[in-house]
Amino acid sequence: MAPAAPVVEVRGLTREYQLGAERVRALRGVSLSVYAGEMVAIMGTSGSGKSTLMNVLGCLDRPTAGEYLLGGVAVGDLDDDALADIRGERLGFVFQGFNLLPRTTAVENVALPMLYDRKGRFADPTARAVAALQRVGLGERLNHQPNELSGGQQQRVAIARAIVTEPRLLLADEPTGNLDSRTTVEIMALFQALNDDGVTLMIVTHEDEVAAFCKRAVTLKDGQIVRDVPVEQRRAASGLDGGAS
Amino acid sequence: MTGRALLRLALQNVVRNPTRSALTMLGVMIGVAAVIIMVAIGQGAQGAIEERIKNLGTNMVVITPGVSTTGGVSGGAQSMPSLTIEDADLLRSDAQSLVAVSPVVMTRTTVVGGQANWRASVYGVDPSYAEIRDWQVASGRFIDEADIKGRKKVCVLGATVASRVFGEDDPVGQLVRLRDVPIEVIGVLKAKGQTAEGADQDDVVLAPYTTVQTRLAGRQFIGQILGSAASPDQLDLAQQEVKLILRERHGLSEQQPDDFEVRDQRQLAETATSTTQVMTTLLSAIASVSLLVGGIGIMNIMLVSVTERTREIGIRRALGARRGDVLAQFLVEAMVLSGLGGLIGAGLGVGGAWGVGRLTGWATTVTPSTVVLAVLFSAGVGVVFGWTPARRAAGLDPIDALRHQ
Repeated sequence: MAPAAPVVEVRGLTREYQLGAERVRALRGVSLSVYAGEMVAIMGTSGSGKSTLMNVLGCLDRPTAGEYLLGGVAVGDLDDDALADIRGERLGFVFQGFNLLPRTTAVENVALPMLYDRKGRFADPTARAVAALQRVGLGERLNHQPNELSGGQQQRVAIARAIVTEPRLLLADEPTGNLDSRTTVEIMALFQALNDDGVTLMIVTHEDEVAAFCKRAVTLKDGQIVRDVPVEQRRAASGLDGGAS
Repeated sequence: MTGRALLRLALQNVVRNPTRSALTMLGVMIGVAAVIIMVAIGQGAQGAIEERIKNLGTNMVVITPGVSTTGGVSGGAQSMPSLTIEDADLLRSDAQSLVAVSPVVMTRTTVVGGQANWRASVYGVDPSYAEIRDWQVASGRFIDEADIKGRKKVCVLGATVASRVFGEDDPVGQLVRLRDVPIEVIGVLKAKGQTAEGADQDDVVLAPYTTVQTRLAGRQFIGQILGSAASPDQLDLAQQEVKLILRERHGLSEQQPDDFEVRDQRQLAETATSTTQVMTTLLSAIASVSLLVGGIGIMNIMLVSVTERTREIGIRRALGARRGDVLAQFLVEAMVLSGLGGLIGAGLGVGGAWGVGRLTGWATTVTPSTVVLAVLFSAGVGVVFGWTPARRAAGLDPIDALRHQ
């Protein structure tokens, strides 16, 4: 099922930090390819390097060595402004702590990435933001501010914000870490629905339960991939989610 | 990001934190208001002094007789009886640059009224004298051509003379005696007050020069000829023209010096104006310090704001904002804060200047250019003092910023 060009292709990725006198090797030669339409769980305990990998894949951090091609573009050679543009154009982020702007309505939060679009791709940002919120089932909460929304609803706003620019890749960092199990299932169902619509997803998690909703599970340990397998008996959560399909 | 988007973003942030925004703007508000009030006071004082000088006659040219020297002893100013009515007539008809000419026949005598006497200067003048010296008539009328031609026994009293001789009564229509000549009071002048030297300008009686010359002074020669140039920049031309005409008329050869003097008031005006300009500059310099302090207040709050909004900066960077976008956002926000503060301060300043004027009775003048300059300057303060916080915001690492609690 793999198409010709992968969305993400990393080869020999290493990332080292200087922490005081100690040299920390967070990634030690990670190679990985992710193709369009995949839904990959990045597993591992804390300290395994999965967050570092996420930051590098999200163009928030640069590798010390190795190659990273995002949709065929070598990201390692780009300067700070170009990386910012890549983040805005090709990537969508979902964080554990939602990271919505306080005292800002759902529509304004979702419209935020389009504010930084330099190519004039979006004629009517507000209409697009409303459509994205309807897609995640929040059509009734357009003008609510984060403090008026539940955790699950806030994460839906964040997901709407991540998909509003139609990115090639959606990166989620412990997206259900702050949610109860029922809401976790709802959010994972939403991710599955988006994936069914063609969105490529990478989800960092340390919970097997979350990984069970994905199609593929990659496990990191001490900065290296120790396991990369398809998920057998993938859990489907359809029927629990209202707005995605 | 477009300028409009930046401006909207900045205004949103200002409106979302109303208390903090108001306190931040307060410094700039006070600074701008102080500058406007101080400049208004300074310019008001300048205007008042200029008005005083204009009362003396800004465009006025004063022609006085020259100094006679007898056996090496100078007779002192105006000792040479060289000016005549005919000189004045000739200047009126021939000097192009003078719009008005009046001879002044001077004498000093006791004004005898119904109840009181008062010793005052009596000037025999032409109707144009009022225009040249900028005299206004408070009641009655000024001397006219018919009075001159008919050598009529009429006079106009200065405010001091009128009150000394007639007290509260209206002098118009009453008689006074000057050197035993009964003269009818036809008008009273509006008070001008004192000159810079402390001389009372209102202690004067004005009468037709023909009347004074024939009935009171009994002299052919006159003390002064006053002329009025069309505008201040024609004063040099007027002086030269007067010299040319009078030298020719007095039959002076090229070797002979002038037997008269021509002067104007420009020097006095320039001195007074430059003094008040120094005062205005000084006042606004002091007030500018408070504007500076307001700017530091903005920098302080913006620095706190950057720390407080570190996570927001991280979110924006993750969503595609460049460093430049973050820099612009914080810079524009600082500018909006200081600019808004400047606008409100300008309103307070204009109101305050009016209030100071009302309370103290000082003349305060607010010019539009002062207001515009003060507001622009305050926006500039925002740029200068917003720069450091904005740089700090733009320099944040997106990962660290996202992790910030």
